[in-house]
This record gives sequence, C-alpha cells and structure tokens, in this order.
Amino acid sequence: MDATDETKKMSEQPTSGGSGPKVKKFMFVNRKAPYGTIYALESLEVVLIAATFDQDVSLVFIDDGVYELVKGQQTKGIGMKNFSPSYRALDGYDVEKLYVDRNSLEQRGLTEKDLLVPVEVFDAQQMGQLMAQQDVILSF
Amino acid sequence: MKFGLLVSEGPYTHQASDSAYQFVVAALAKGHEIQRVFFYHDGVNNATRLTEPPQDDRHVVNRWSALAAANKVDLVVCVAAALRRGIKEEVLAPGFRISGLGQLVDSGIKTDRLVTFGD
Repeated sequence: MDATDETKKMSEQPTSGGSGPKVKKFMFVNRKAPYGTIYALESLEVVLIAATFDQDVSLVFIDDGVYELVKGQQTKGIGMKNFSPSYRALDGYDVEKLYVDRNSLEQRGLTEKDLLVPVEVFDAQQMGQLMAQQDVILSF
Repeated sequence: MKFGLLVSEGPYTHQASDSAYQFVVAALAKGHEIQRVFFYHDGVNNATRLTEPPQDDRHVVNRWSALAAANKVDLVVCVAAALRRGIKEEVLAPGFRISGLGQLVDSGIKTDRLVTFGD
C-alpha cells in the first residue's frame, strides 16, 4: 500500500510531526480459537486500529486461529457475542492480506470453503518467508 | 536501539510482566532506549495500585512505578482492555497512564523492535 496523500487519514496519524508517515509491514498472527480466551477478539481490535494508521497490515491464521474465520459460528449457547462478521468488514479498512496455514486447516478437517472471507492458503515455508519480510509481528 | 514492549499477561499468574521488567532494566543498563511499555489483555492488571502481594514477594506493580519514576519510562494501559477489567484512572499506580491502542501501533512504527511478553 502506498502512503499517498489520497489514502492518508490525517486525523489518525501518530502524534509526532517531522518527516512524512512511515509505512511499516505489520503482521498479526492469530493462533487461538475465537472463544475460550479473549486473544482473538482483542487482536482484531488492534488490527482495526493499525489499519487507521495506514500501515501495511497482514493477518495470519495458524493453529486454532483458523477457527476464527470459520463460517456459521453460533455463540448464543455460550453467552458470547459472535464477532466473526467483523472479519468480513476488514476489506473496508483496506486490510485484504489474509493468510491461512495449510496444515492447520487440514489438521482440523477444514478447507478454504469453510471460511467466511477470501484468504491465501500458505504452507509453512511460504509463511516463514512472509514473516521474514515483516517489520513488526504481533502474535495473539 | 529503541525498543517498544507489549505486556499481555497479568502479574503473578504469569511471568510476562517480570520478564518485561527485567528486559527493561537490562536494556537501559546497556544504554538502549525504551520508548514505551504497553499493557494489553490481562496485562492491564499490572497497573492497579490496589495490588497487595505478601511482604516476602516482589511487588510487580510498585516495581514498574519505581522504574517509571527513575527512568521516565512511558507505561501505557489500553483503555478498552482496562475498562473491561475494572482498571480506571482512580486505581492507577503512579507512572501508568491510560490511552488507546494507537499507542501500541505507534510503538511499532517508531521503534526498532517491538518485543512481546506473553503467551
């Protein structure tokens, strides 16, 4: 993503002045199931904030994190809010780079068709290469 | 080098806060800069002055406060995570401040390394 003037959201820029906005590659690694712990939900909250800073944001789903993207989540029985529709809203924030670990999907009997957003399915080696390109990796 | 830290687990249950503290002390001793320590998830529980550990144990919260006073380390607690867990201005220990998640992203942008302490 280019940090052009068109895409710059002035009100959301970091507070310090000086040279133009830095664009860094931020990767959010999601490793936990969507319910049971709060990590997945609070990770999504950081992602949405990072997007307003016009950074180059990508999301990775690995291990039980792949469950965050599964269609048809029914959470009434556990008294939790189903926040999975928020993943569909990510492209509205220009967050369109979603990567899912192939082994994690297969080990859980899932395929791309079970997921509620378009993703790229990567094997471990591709994932490793992608991670090596990042400036900041936050793992939840 | 300029470091930012993320602490994502609460005190005593988890070593994250202890390790982060030791990291800051060691980094400062080597002449590095700590731009900010950001507390998220249950990490916000590191910021309450109501904490009272037994006398023969370390005081995780006061230790952070002392570090902030001596070295001007910016200790920031995520507002959304804090409110969920009952952490408000009136219970904040000295040296901590409550702010938004933007402060964490800001650390990622402005530091050489953003280091996470948690699971």
